Amino acid sequence: MAITKPAPIGADSHEPPGHDPELQEVDQKHEQHEKQKHEQHEQQKHEQHEKHEQAAGGPRESKSPLVLTMLLLLLVLLQGPIRGALSAPVMQSWMTVFVAVLVQALPFLVLGVLLSAAIAVFVPASFFARALPKRPALAVPVAGMAGAVLPGCECASVPVAGALVRRGVTPAAALAFLLSAPAINPIVLTATAVAFPRNPEMVLARFVASLLVACVMGWLWQRLGRTDWLRLPERPQYEGQSRGAAFWGSVRHDVMHAGGFLVIGAMAAATLKAVAPASWLRTAADNPLVAILALAVLAVLLSICSEADAFVAASLTQFSLTAKLAFLVVGPMIDLKLFAMQAGTFGRGFALRFAPATFALAIAGAVLTGAVLL
Amino acid sequence: MNRQAQAAVLFLTGAALLHAGLTNLYLRYVKAGLQPLLLLSGGVLIAAALATVWYEWRGRKGEAGNLPEEGHARGDDGQAHSDDGHGHVHHETRVSWLLVLPLLALILVAPPALGSYSAMRTGTALQQPFGYNALPATGPLRLGVVDYASRAVYDHGRSIDGRQIKVTGFVALDHGGRPYLVRMALNCCAADAQPVKIALTGKIPPVLQPDKWLEVTGTYTAERTKDPVNNGPIPYLRVTAATPVPTPKDPYDESWNN
Repeated sequence: MAITKPAPIGADSHEPPGHDPELQEVDQKHEQHEKQKHEQHEQQKHEQHEKHEQAAGGPRESKSPLVLTMLLLLLVLLQGPIRGALSAPVMQSWMTVFVAVLVQALPFLVLGVLLSAAIAVFVPASFFARALPKRPALAVPVAGMAGAVLPGCECASVPVAGALVRRGVTPAAALAFLLSAPAINPIVLTATAVAFPRNPEMVLARFVASLLVACVMGWLWQRLGRTDWLRLPERPQYEGQSRGAAFWGSVRHDVMHAGGFLVIGAMAAATLKAVAPASWLRTAADNPLVAILALAVLAVLLSICSEADAFVAASLTQFSLTAKLAFLVVGPMIDLKLFAMQAGTFGRGFALRFAPATFALAIAGAVLTGAVLL
Repeated sequence: MNRQAQAAVLFLTGAALLHAGLTNLYLRYVKAGLQPLLLLSGGVLIAAALATVWYEWRGRKGEAGNLPEEGHARGDDGQAHSDDGHGHVHHETRVSWLLVLPLLALILVAPPALGSYSAMRTGTALQQPFGYNALPATGPLRLGVVDYASRAVYDHGRSIDGRQIKVTGFVALDHGGRPYLVRMALNCCAADAQPVKIALTGKIPPVLQPDKWLEVTGTYTAERTKDPVNNGPIPYLRVTAATPVPTPKDPYDESWNN
């Protein structure tokens, strides 16, 4: 148990291990004593519940409400100086974008989290077995098309895809859903049509290219993906709890967890928006191939909500339509915010392999579709 | 982070979203259409916080009563396991602490809407509109920055030539000190906000502070310039008078959303 750890560590740091028999003996006694104490805890569960939690979670973890209160108090007291430091235009612009990304993304994250909790608690696993074709190769395009019914931006699709994998949906299909949902739902396609009033073919191109890339990624995962890459973080067991407890437990866990990673992504996006100069784009627009790459990279860095990215793409007037298509296909599939959230939901090893593959395939898909349709 | 702290962060985040959504604070960061979703998600977060506290409390009371039945024992085992302090859970809970940052930024600082700093780093986002609304036949015209700029550039000022025009926006100065009247146009949130700029000429006030909001009265002029950032077109407005005004309720131009 965690409580026994400090003693051996302390001994190690003072003396080489095993040199002082007396100290070891003391340690052992100490350990035994703690064990006995712990058993007592188990017997008198109610009274000792808090101490038990302390022993299990480590002393620092159990102090978190205190830490939180102190932190808040300190910040309230130091408001003046902090405000002064934050009043520089760069910092203000950074903070505005940071807060804006979160205020915009949180409602969609909450929507996705509610949906994922509902899937985890109320939808039986057998439902997905019946709804999706048995063969994974067929399940991938079906799941990809199903992405069209989740009206929201990319923040909602990550927790939902996580819940699908936990519910026994084949990962290839869940990943196709993860990639297609933010790009091909009706809200996003309507926004694209409004942003490109003179190029209605852009809507079709976006739909086709996004669905294509999502399906290819799904099939690719089915061929090459290994289950040990996909490490879903452990979460509390919900069996034996009432449905309400399980539902709210899942909501709490997902918001705290995915929310933390969303903050990382928002910080990265705000830094780029506030610091990186926009003028380098002008030089990139001259070469058609560089232009496509530049806009794909920009889509990753800016991390704009997929409901709004069409308007930003439309304003990049000096770029070709194919380059804009690359921006629209890459953005909803992979960006800084999404990468952080995927790493949190599916594990870092997964995200490090999945993100570059998605990026490369999304560009290829956009160029291919652009050559045919635009 | 243990359950109580998680409940506290959830509650505060929900309360901050409700606060932002119920006042005009949210308009500094996102489009007006997002208000219902903001309020809803704030409510859900508060409910999650209350549910966490409630189940925690009931769990303890249940354990106090009778000796654990099968179900309870299992649930508790799962909890003990997940709080056991091995790497994964620690990593996870540490990430959750980051949620405190936006909370502090929103409650304590409440950063202002994007202003001249962002506007001068980004090229004008003026685009040719579908068409133009009919304007009142007489009296001074009250136009938005986007409306004036698109009529001046793409309609060659046909509908506004010779009329007295009033435009509201904030001041931005470029490197040479040339003044612009700017409004940020927004589609979803401030991360995608883009400026639309009008260059000022004529009777410009002697001292111009960047980010100060002005109501400028003036007339159309055919003169134009190019945005140094993206070569986009920027029309001029010949100023006859300028009065300082407070920051409008919605600092962004959302005309593209409709």
